[in-house]
Amino acid sequence: MKLCITCVGKTLDSSVDPRFGRCGNFIFFDTDTGVFTAVENGNAQFPGGAGIQSAQAVIAQGAKAVFTGNIGPNAHRVLSAGGIEVFIGVAGTVQEAIEGYKNGRYTAAERPSVGEKSGMSAG
Amino acid sequence: MIIAIASGKGGTGKTTVAVNLALSLDNVQFLDCDVEEPNAHIFLKSHLSRAESAVIPVPEIDESKCTYCGTCRDVCAYHALAVVPASEGRKGSVLNFPHLCHGCGACRLLCPNGAIREVNKEIGRIEFGARDGMEFIHGRLNIGEAMSPPVIRQVKYYIKPARIVIIDAPPGTSCPVITAVKGSDFCILVTEPTPFGLNDLVLAVEVVRKLNIPCGVVINRADIGDGKVEAYCRSESIPVLMKIPFKREIAAWYSEGIPLVERDAAYRQTFINLYITICGIINETNSCC
Repeated sequence: MKLCITCVGKTLDSSVDPRFGRCGNFIFFDTDTGVFTAVENGNAQFPGGAGIQSAQAVIAQGAKAVFTGNIGPNAHRVLSAGGIEVFIGVAGTVQEAIEGYKNGRYTAAERPSVGEKSGMSAG
Repeated sequence: MIIAIASGKGGTGKTTVAVNLALSLDNVQFLDCDVEEPNAHIFLKSHLSRAESAVIPVPEIDESKCTYCGTCRDVCAYHALAVVPASEGRKGSVLNFPHLCHGCGACRLLCPNGAIREVNKEIGRIEFGARDGMEFIHGRLNIGEAMSPPVIRQVKYYIKPARIVIIDAPPGTSCPVITAVKGSDFCILVTEPTPFGLNDLVLAVEVVRKLNIPCGVVINRADIGDGKVEAYCRSESIPVLMKIPFKREIAAWYSEGIPLVERDAAYRQTFINLYITICGIINETNSCC
């Protein structure tokens, strides 16, 4: 299964980015093979709709779960429509997030955790 | 003739200048295009007799015709549409975010399956009124809506250029201001002689120059601050058309919603002179181009 972790850097030891739509990079990690790819988030600078576009990118990559700090209402709606589980409040390194998932530490978020444009001030 | 009153900085006195100029002239059509906070009607005490919806067209998707190809999403410059293709027994879906839509119509035009039609979404109100011989129109953006230019355009749809059209523009230098000021014969930039006033005046001058609109400056609260606004106007050959002093009674009248010219009749002539000066500048501009 493919996981998506929002990330400040492009390696497994870099920190989870607390923003979803405006995160620095997405790390897609395949739990079956242990192989990962880092994709730069080209939507981070959009004046509007960054969360929607980022959710579309996650769907296009075929990920089934997203790990991030917070998620806004628009991105949450798109990910839900795509049947993707969203885990929020994730911090630490990407590696720790993956291990946390394997140990069942997280529960999926039923609703968005922040309002629209929340990722803009942090950017 | 269309005269817009704008300013980079907010709270410099745009509405004061617009209202008093309008009250000093005959055959005026007044358009309050500061649709996020229209307030000229408070001073003009215009009787509002009619209203209509201000709308933008937003997409409505007929999912029976949609193949979830994603074209609408890809052509939307404002990310107002998301498309989730069908997979693993889950049916596809198109998600519509109308508050991000600018109403450009690209999705409807380019949908290969004709699955999109446009429906009007109300984002504000246009209100019409009058005071003596003056025609009055203003727009009012609904609370929670982010886009004022469509409301401003709908106000300006009713422009009657045969009259003296006075446009009270919103503050700033972004899309709403450009929408309000565009197409004017002249733009009065109201400022105050402070560092903030100067900084934002410089930005506003850049905007009107880009739009090829001749401009002049009115300095409000003229005896505070410093001489840098005037020095800037001199160096850029921008005429200083008028100065309004910093006086307690002007502020007091304003707070009661009383226009300057109604309390101090001498100002009426000052505003008529402002209009005559502007006509002179417009004629000069036209003859030299």
